[in-house]
Amino acid sequence: MSTSPILKIENLHAKVADEDLEILKGVDLSLHEGEIHAIMGPNGSGKSTLAKVLAGHPGYEVTGGTATFKGEEILELEPDERSQAGIFLAFQYPVEIPGVSIANFLRTALQAHLEEGEELDLFDFQDLLLDRMKLLDMDPVFAERPVNDGFSGGEKKRNEILQMACLKPALALMDETDSGLDIDALKIVANGVNKLREENPEMTVLLITHYQRLLNYIKPDHVHVMVDGRIVRSGGPEVALQLEEEGYKDWTETEPAGA
Amino acid sequence: MPQNEVIQGLELDEYKYGFVDEEKHVFRTQPGLSEEVVRQISAQKEEPEWMLEFRLKALQIYESKPMPTWGGDLSKLEETLDEIYFYVRPQDRMERSWDDVPENIKNTFERLGIPEAEQKVLAGVGAQYESEMVYHSLKEEWESKGVIFDSIEDGLKNHPELFRKYFGTVIPSADNKFSAMNSAVWSGGSFVYIPKGVELETPLQAYFRVNQERMGQFERTLIIADEGSRAHYIEGCTAPTYSTESFHSGVIEIVVNRGAHFRYTTIQNWSNNMYNLVTQRALVHEHATMEWLDGNLGSKLTMKYPSCYLVGEGAHGNILSIAYAGDGQHQDTGGKVIHAAPRTTSSIVSKSISKGTGRSSYRGLCKVYDGAVGAKSNVECDALLINETSRTDTYPYIEIEEKRSNIGHEATVSKVGDEQLFYLMSRGMSEEEAMALIVRGFIEPIAKQLPLEYAVELNRLIELEMEGSVG
Repeated sequence: MSTSPILKIENLHAKVADEDLEILKGVDLSLHEGEIHAIMGPNGSGKSTLAKVLAGHPGYEVTGGTATFKGEEILELEPDERSQAGIFLAFQYPVEIPGVSIANFLRTALQAHLEEGEELDLFDFQDLLLDRMKLLDMDPVFAERPVNDGFSGGEKKRNEILQMACLKPALALMDETDSGLDIDALKIVANGVNKLREENPEMTVLLITHYQRLLNYIKPDHVHVMVDGRIVRSGGPEVALQLEEEGYKDWTETEPAGA
Repeated sequence: MPQNEVIQGLELDEYKYGFVDEEKHVFRTQPGLSEEVVRQISAQKEEPEWMLEFRLKALQIYESKPMPTWGGDLSKLEETLDEIYFYVRPQDRMERSWDDVPENIKNTFERLGIPEAEQKVLAGVGAQYESEMVYHSLKEEWESKGVIFDSIEDGLKNHPELFRKYFGTVIPSADNKFSAMNSAVWSGGSFVYIPKGVELETPLQAYFRVNQERMGQFERTLIIADEGSRAHYIEGCTAPTYSTESFHSGVIEIVVNRGAHFRYTTIQNWSNNMYNLVTQRALVHEHATMEWLDGNLGSKLTMKYPSCYLVGEGAHGNILSIAYAGDGQHQDTGGKVIHAAPRTTSSIVSKSISKGTGRSSYRGLCKVYDGAVGAKSNVECDALLINETSRTDTYPYIEIEEKRSNIGHEATVSKVGDEQLFYLMSRGMSEEEAMALIVRGFIEPIAKQLPLEYAVELNRLIELEMEGSVG
């Protein structure tokens, strides 16, 4: 593809903020608009950290490298600024906000995405919310529940997809969206992501996953393998299948020193 | 009532041009508290002899009691007691000019979207601005049902027997040092009587009580909800109450007779130089229900523990309180429930938020007397800390003499977590917006009990308060 990538990561290094523990040890990755990429890797390889660092999690400190989104450096931006720029992180462990309804939460988020001085029209918001819930086959009553408070694992993940559907990001980072889901819940969530992609083929998706099974439902264009803070292999969907058969063992053992 | 009389009642004619009638000479007592001062207050109000005696006796009690050493730090207040004017005739207070109101208060009014005329009332520099028609029709409705809703002074004048029967019976002067002080120098407040079986849909709002004195420094309110009646009283408002006085000490007495249901809602937001020490208590008779909904913002120190004395079988008390302690503020609040009869039930839900160097303390008492068989009480207090420097304490006192009762107590302290903030910020909210949303969610169980306009104002106020909470 001749166009410049929507997300370009070069030699990205990051460590845990309060410790001397380096997790990302030089990540290089380029995503073009509309592509679906999957990053797979064993536990502790740094794949979730990569998603969090891209979204601006305060628990990590970038120690080197760059990441540009639509040509702009993003690593210095606050998490809210990254969101407003069009980056969305679907959390592995969505956080509970007791007493705040999903509708209220989304209204506040959408308002925050508007230009200074612009006011979100409540009727427009109501229409949008109902439309998004219909797209995802969700009961409107769901929006009245407090954010993630007392939710099952599946409900939490569906709530992430609903937020994504409302905010319509240009880049969706999906951090182990499949973890803790049974097969039915996984299908529902994957189906939601696919519908959003159908609606907006320009949306770029980075899937972080430990298992191949999510990739049966969301088909990636590119699959990367991450081991010990670096991308050690990139290829097409066949890489995921190969991993499924062989496991991560080979990669962790044959990792070249000093790469 | 003809229109011009309504306007006269509102005293708009007097204030709309911003001058005070020359005829009304300025009156205030000399600073400090003395027998002379108490006599002057009583004389100014043309009170009956028994009330003067009541006041003088209260003064003696006040002088005999030491300053409380628990709760908040009152030492600074004690030093200034001799400089306080214990009585200033209300209309004289109106002479304060709009220019004297601090900029930050004006800004807050502005940002709450309060119309200018109302801003002036709130800042104590203008007359009550009122929707005459609304007030008028409500007043007619109340009158037709025999409801009395008056200033406390008019209550004493116009309903002497009823007044005397109940006044000082719920909170005796000797209850504590500040109830004694209030009993000696009280001025302003409401007198409310809801006759047997009368149910009021519209809340009685002190805001509508346009005649006579505004809520004073030593306000005194007496409410009687007679058998089987049902009503809701709302005091205060969420906009900051600006006052040059630095001391507010009120007494609120409520009698809820058999089978009645009464709710008292108050949201107060004092300027942050204020010592706010209020005693509020309800005597709850057989199968009656009392509900306190109490919100405390602002002030330097607030000590306030709404109480329900459940004296009749099957009486129920419900206390909901929110406290918000900003920088340098101490909210020492909570509730008291006294179970003195069988099968009485109660619940206290207290939520506090501490920001910056703010400190909130929950102080609660649950007492079950011997013989209160089958009493049930549940206490839940939750504290939310915004910053590392914020503080919260819990002082639950539980005294149980009756074994056949069931008492539960639950306390939680939470801190606004980094993960919560990151989650909200990753959806586009600024750190401040995220904080405000978390706080709003925290108080939601109480805010949803408020009439809509109060809940909206409370939320907006919290948002304003949360500004500058970051960094």
